[in-house]
Amino acid sequence: MYSDMVMDHFKNPRNIGSITDADGVGSEGNPVCGDIMKIYIKVKDGRIEDAKFQTFGCGAAIATSSMVTEMVKGKTIEEALVISNKAVAEALGGLPATKMHCSNLAADALHRAIEDYQKKQKVG
Amino acid sequence: MGKLIYLDHAATTPVHPKVLEAMLPYFSERFGNPSSVYTIAQEARQAVEAARTQVAEVLGCTPREVTFTSGGTESDNIAVKAVAFAQQKLGNHIITSTIEHHAVLETAHALEKMGFQVTFVPVDKYGVVNPDDVGRAITDKTTLVSIMLANNEVGTIEPISDIAKVIKERAKGRKIAFHTDAVQGAGSLDLNVDKLGVDMLSLSSHKFYGPKGVGVLYIRRGSPFQTWQHGGTQERNRRAGTENVPGIVGTGVALKIAEENRPAFVKHCTFLRDRLIAGITKIERAYLTGHPTQRLANNASFYFEFIEGESILLNLDFEGVAASSGSACTSASLEPSHVIMGMGIPVEVAHGSIRFTLGLGNTQEEIDFVASIIPGIVSRLRAMSPLTSEKR
Repeated sequence: MYSDMVMDHFKNPRNIGSITDADGVGSEGNPVCGDIMKIYIKVKDGRIEDAKFQTFGCGAAIATSSMVTEMVKGKTIEEALVISNKAVAEALGGLPATKMHCSNLAADALHRAIEDYQKKQKVG
Repeated sequence: MGKLIYLDHAATTPVHPKVLEAMLPYFSERFGNPSSVYTIAQEARQAVEAARTQVAEVLGCTPREVTFTSGGTESDNIAVKAVAFAQQKLGNHIITSTIEHHAVLETAHALEKMGFQVTFVPVDKYGVVNPDDVGRAITDKTTLVSIMLANNEVGTIEPISDIAKVIKERAKGRKIAFHTDAVQGAGSLDLNVDKLGVDMLSLSSHKFYGPKGVGVLYIRRGSPFQTWQHGGTQERNRRAGTENVPGIVGTGVALKIAEENRPAFVKHCTFLRDRLIAGITKIERAYLTGHPTQRLANNASFYFEFIEGESILLNLDFEGVAASSGSACTSASLEPSHVIMGMGIPVEVAHGSIRFTLGLGNTQEEIDFVASIIPGIVSRLRAMSPLTSEKR
């Protein structure tokens, strides 16, 4: 039911873990629906230099988290903000229809992390 | 990936070679319609009736009390609706449990929409229905009670004969039909309908090494019944349509073999099950679901905190292991298993449920291999879960 790309990212997820001195942290989903994605970003000179994830969820949830961290590295904040859940799914060669809503929240989690970063910038 | 280690026998089983052999002549050689008069058709008729007798012998009933259907779901649908509508003038109340198979549960929900009252009796933390809860739910409008013989997800065996006694006491001479969905019980449990004290009982052939697409519904003589599928007079007017002759022949043979093998099956599976349970429950924050002892010999089911079922299943599949989960992600409903939640397990951990169901073909070597790879899978997934660090 999953594409080869999804299975590859599920089997060998890129960028697992947390960043202790992250510039932004964001999460999306909740345990009741069965998916939680937490994204950490490190920003330097307006570019996302590193991104990591922690995810509780199904194959699609883990693969989209892995993919979004790959997609976002090296991007400017503006470029990162236009990455959508749909774009992540497309980069993975598509997701089963039932997974599009519940497990495809990685870009939203990334946007939460960017909001957190922007909030910290204002305070700082 | 080596050979398949199949641990999902509650989902379906392979057709037994002897069952297949018995079925084969009825596809192209003895293909006659059992309702026709000529020899080839009468051979098919005899084969269907021989299968009916084989089933009746296992159930301890008369062959005329056995109806063949298209599967467990149809048997459950017919049982619940046949009584509910046949007795509608006497009462509109039916009782079932919160952990029934969807074939009963969704039928009950459909009846609710048609104006029937349904009481869903709860279960305890092991998934056991308390017979007294059933007794207390009975009103003078109750016409049917439907409680499963054993649960398909967690393997808990329900006290069917005790429930039958309570129903009889509380009915005070009124007719309350008692149906049991025994789909998971064939080959593991005694299906004698008098010992169980049931008026109706559902079976599904492909759960006991028979073919898919065939079911059995036992209907005690004199039970209220309203026909649902109209047409020809097949199955004593209870279920119209030309009989699935090869499937029915296979069902008779499969049930006979399952019953003959039952003591060996229970012994073999219990040994493997307990070995698997002992191995897996050693893992931190891994728990057995269902009753510790009153459970099907072949069911070992668990939940793991902080991780999700589908991810575990995919990792098992990489190693050639086929199992099943009650996680929302493995269904289209987006809700975790009603059985796991019915036992009071919180929704956030219900997603981490896994079920292994064993069969005669499984070996100790296979079970030891599965027990050896699970800790690695669990720790790998926990290492990437945000819940692990938050909740510990």
